[in-house]
Amino acid sequence: MRIALVATCLGDAMFPQALKATVEILERLGHEVVFPSDQTCCGQMHVNTGYLDMALPLVRHHVEVFADAAEVAVAPSGSCVGCVRHQHAMVARRGGDEDLARAAEDLAGRTYELSELLVDVLGVTDVGAYYPHRVTYHPTCHSLRMLRVGDKPLRLLRAVRGLHLVELPDAEVCCGFGGTFAVKNAEVSTAMLADKMANVLTSGAEVCTAGDSSCLMHIGGGLSRLRSGVRTVHLAEILASTEDGTPARDIVFDTTEVGEGKGVHP
Amino acid sequence: MVEADALVSAREEVLARLRAARDAGAPRGGVPPTPREYRRVGALAAGSAEVVDRLEETVTEYRAVVFRAAGPGDVPAVLASVLEGVGSVVVPPGLPTTWTDGLAVTVRRDDPPLSVPELDGLDAVLTGASVAIADTGTLVLAAGEPDQGRRAITLVPDHHVCVVDAAAVVSSVPEALARLDPTRPLTFVSGPSATSDIELDRVEGVHGPRRLDVVLVGPPRA
Amino acid sequence: MSSTDLGMPTTAPDGVGFLRGSEPFPAAAHRALADTQLRRNLGHATRTIRAKRAGVVAEVPDWEELRRAGEAIKADTMARLPELLEQLEASVTARGGVVHWARDATEANAIVAGLVRDTGADEVVKVKSIATQEIGLNEALAEQGITATETDLAELIVQLSDDRPSHFLVPAIHRNRSEIRDIFLRAMPGVDPDLTDDPRRLAMAARAHLRRKFLSARVAISGANFAAADTGTISVVESEGNGRMCLTLPDTLITVMGVEKVVPRWSDMEVFLQLLPRSSTGERMNPYTSTWSGVTPGDGPQTFHLVLLDNGRSNVLASEDGRSALHCIRCSACLNVCPVYERTGGHAYGSVYPGPIGAVLSPQLTGISGPDDPNASLPYASSLCGACFDACPVRIDIPNLLVQQRAASIAAHRTPTAQDLAMRTVAAAMVSPGRFRAAERVLGLGRFAGRSGRIRFLPYPGSQWTSARDAPAPPAETFRQWWKRTRS
Repeated sequence: MRIALVATCLGDAMFPQALKATVEILERLGHEVVFPSDQTCCGQMHVNTGYLDMALPLVRHHVEVFADAAEVAVAPSGSCVGCVRHQHAMVARRGGDEDLARAAEDLAGRTYELSELLVDVLGVTDVGAYYPHRVTYHPTCHSLRMLRVGDKPLRLLRAVRGLHLVELPDAEVCCGFGGTFAVKNAEVSTAMLADKMANVLTSGAEVCTAGDSSCLMHIGGGLSRLRSGVRTVHLAEILASTEDGTPARDIVFDTTEVGEGKGVHP
Repeated sequence: MVEADALVSAREEVLARLRAARDAGAPRGGVPPTPREYRRVGALAAGSAEVVDRLEETVTEYRAVVFRAAGPGDVPAVLASVLEGVGSVVVPPGLPTTWTDGLAVTVRRDDPPLSVPELDGLDAVLTGASVAIADTGTLVLAAGEPDQGRRAITLVPDHHVCVVDAAAVVSSVPEALARLDPTRPLTFVSGPSATSDIELDRVEGVHGPRRLDVVLVGPPRA
Repeated sequence: MSSTDLGMPTTAPDGVGFLRGSEPFPAAAHRALADTQLRRNLGHATRTIRAKRAGVVAEVPDWEELRRAGEAIKADTMARLPELLEQLEASVTARGGVVHWARDATEANAIVAGLVRDTGADEVVKVKSIATQEIGLNEALAEQGITATETDLAELIVQLSDDRPSHFLVPAIHRNRSEIRDIFLRAMPGVDPDLTDDPRRLAMAARAHLRRKFLSARVAISGANFAAADTGTISVVESEGNGRMCLTLPDTLITVMGVEKVVPRWSDMEVFLQLLPRSSTGERMNPYTSTWSGVTPGDGPQTFHLVLLDNGRSNVLASEDGRSALHCIRCSACLNVCPVYERTGGHAYGSVYPGPIGAVLSPQLTGISGPDDPNASLPYASSLCGACFDACPVRIDIPNLLVQQRAASIAAHRTPTAQDLAMRTVAAAMVSPGRFRAAERVLGLGRFAGRSGRIRFLPYPGSQWTSARDAPAPPAETFRQWWKRTRS
């Protein structure tokens, strides 16, 4: 299948490992990945901060870039896919552009979060990964409640050889990221993060994974500040890992030097 | 009054505002018809032994005490044991006299109506019920029914004994509402009075009757 | 009010009632977060109620169908609200009740005070009613020399401690048992000095304190959970029996009801009497629900007044997106599942309507006057996690309403704020692939800032992030650069 990769602005600029891993998984499964190079951002930050008018051109641009790019589109991000699926048409309608709203709905119906694409569209749960670590999974809010991915990520993780999956207490409670919430209500966000970190530490996991780099940036930022000894790794990186590949790094807060271009997937 | 000073009555103005708002905010796609795909009839047949058993379970979970009477003829004997040690009881005007004839209790019939202080001086109240809902453990009292009486009599005394005939027991809330007349005052009673206002822990017994005894009349346990 | 305003949807007036706090949410939350006792009380109470609710909801096989029916009944109600209110008025009047209409809080308070004065009473008993808290009725009655006694246990705790309610169901949820004992010992006349903090003993103290008032009260004031237009049947859903006392024993009953509480049919109660108790107290059914229609000769109050309140509701109804905030049945499930509410409590929201639903209802009732309006901060008091929608028994899409109200907050900016300008700059870059790539290259310069993968400190507003979290350093190579380097 020909699959268009929605890199997401944050992923492209800050967390390329998760995107490289997504490409690696899909190509390993025999699919063709395309990267429409004019893509920028889905507009979620503007929508969720209330700048719906400013988001309209971003929605239009996203729809123009991806409408004919491939059969389906994928992003390793629950919240960006959530925005595409549940907010793009709303923004278009609010801006009085019904044609765009319909085009956005069509594209939204073909845009998937990574675990949805793998399990629902491609029909695989065992992607041939090997990851011998003790892992806990945080079901990010938008994956859980906007996309209703359910246990798809867990089914994928359970099929990873060597992986020991441990339960995260109060898993379904928000980590406190919430985009600009983490800055506008930094103290409440921190209080939520404190409880999430306590639960991650209680789980006894060595690695905390999730389907959203943004939430992992938040949880990982806290765990890193505490020097907790637990690292955050995107779900895609775990699924891309194999016996002979480079082990997945802490995607967010790796203490290795980054200035010399030591990438995971050269 | 404020209204008298205004050029336009508050009624006309509020309605005019709401009409304007109704149109300004009207959903573009219109309002779809209400889907009524929920269960109108519960899982257990009304009046069945099973539904009465379920009622016993749900009422008991509220820490009300349930007694069983095999048939109408057994009600006086069961009541005699339920009311043992009770000094005085108020009953609605039309409560069957056969229920109370042999009781070793002072029976005050609410006819003419007793004052609130008089009710406050009585130990208990004995009534029937219009409907009982097994799913939720709820008894419904309809004011003015001969065996249920005024609302005050089931409120002021601290101990309520309610006799429920199996024929009045339904499974679900919709079945119950279909049997009730909404133009007379109704009281839905689910256990003794209770509060969760202190740390969300339920504590039975506040302002309403602190003790609720329920006599279920009908088929033996299924 | 000039005649040209007639018929225009109108916000609630300033200066009366409790729909707006005095400071923005983050400032109020700052204090709440530091109150360790509050944090513990709220954490314990919301955790308890969440578990109870989950248990009783799970046992209802048609819960989702009930939610959809509840949602649709409310949408239908809003679409013909004026007609239903006229029908309700006719039904109540035909059964001996008197219906009053109040444009706003001031008018409602004046109507109620006048009705109480007409009875000659200077004392009233009250059933918990958020609508009367909204309009500041107790304070308005006090100015007229009328003493209002709250009879719900939690409301009594709040009143005796000169506090403010912080939750729909349990207005004193922010207090634990030992604090409640101390309040009773301090403020409840004639209380047993050996009172313990056993909840049963505390409840008994409240019973003893209020019993004489109930048995002698001549006038009661209530709210309403529902009012069926076709039969004129009003419902009050409660637990303790204080509601029954107020609705049954006095001669005069005055019910203050927001106009949105009307439902089309009595039979609609078959939906709401299933949704509300399980969502609210987490019980299959609450201990007592009372329903009445007008006046019943020989039973209960022989004078019944129904006050229908606008106070900003017409403004909410006028918004296609926003009007679903009026669907709320005040169960408080969204408060109990909200991770923000759990950590700040209800006072931080300023308004009597706290939590997720309050964050979208209060700003619509009052309107937003500008960036410094405390209610402008409420829609941002959420991480948009969506737990509120899942818990809402009438499926109010609160996350979407939060986004819409954020847009309304921004629309109230008369001159652009720094955030507005930043967002505009970013949007301009993101709509152009060329500018986006250029911006990424600038960001990439950050990798020279440090030699490690984590950043400990950023300047404002990034400092809000790095106050508690490390930030990642940008990677050596963006994905786009990697793709271009390896694939073309």
